[in-house]
Amino acid sequence: MSSAKSSLSGMGSIWSYTTGFVLSLVLTLGAYFLVTHHTYIGGTLLAAIVFLALVQLGVQLYFFLHLGAEPKPYWKSLVFIFMAVVVVILVGGSLWIMANLNYRTMSPSDINSYIIHDEGFKK
Amino acid sequence: MTDCILFATLFATYAVLQGNTYGGPSGKELFSLPFVLAETLILLTSSFTCGLGMLAARARNKRWALISFGITFILGAAFLALELTEFSRLVADGNSWQRSGFLSAFFTLVGTHGLHIATGLLWMGVLMVQLLRHGISQPLMRRLTMMSLFWHFLDVIWIFIFTIVYLRGAI
Repeated sequence: MSSAKSSLSGMGSIWSYTTGFVLSLVLTLGAYFLVTHHTYIGGTLLAAIVFLALVQLGVQLYFFLHLGAEPKPYWKSLVFIFMAVVVVILVGGSLWIMANLNYRTMSPSDINSYIIHDEGFKK
Repeated sequence: MTDCILFATLFATYAVLQGNTYGGPSGKELFSLPFVLAETLILLTSSFTCGLGMLAARARNKRWALISFGITFILGAAFLALELTEFSRLVADGNSWQRSGFLSAFFTLVGTHGLHIATGLLWMGVLMVQLLRHGISQPLMRRLTMMSLFWHFLDVIWIFIFTIVYLRGAI
């Protein structure tokens, strides 16, 4: 069976795929059980699973897609980074703009709920 | 890469519309986490077997390449079948994309991913037939590389769908 040790970067080996697979498995199950067992709550939980997702992204990019393991010139990595920049602008920008619009177009009842929530008034 | 940007815009739309349930059910009520975990594990394994297929193809091992890609195909089809049952259950319960903004965004995002999976399966099938009939050659290696890149990328996107849509919905 093929267990070619790759001396050429940009290609994989059975080791890299298996490691990537096991790591992704651990990260996925980790995130899943964090949510179902309520290990953290609310904002902390969200931050935790997003962090796990980003780590898994890195794992898959490196072990499956061999990004960052290529010889010079680093074209693949460069294209990926550019895409990441565009994505951050798009998604971050959309969220910022829509949140801002949300804030500016509240109806009077919304404003009341917002102030009560903001000041921490208890009903 | 541009496909990633496409998905990013769909994610942004979903993020904005997450709360717009229009009095209807939210993600918490609709999503079954064990089911989604099964889907995720299936897709992850298919990404792994796709990588194995590439290794076999590079080692000129036609038989193992076909077996690995065959398993990848079956896992991908299983994933798609599970996703379709989830969608049809939602629509049958009256929670189609017309129910609320949240559901529109959900169906668009996850549905687009499903369409990509379906196209990837078609691509995989065609390449498997080519591999079967003509054996391994340089052009075929290049096509297999492109296809496996596409398949890995779909799993990457699914990581985020899993996290941002399903896990976040259940928080």
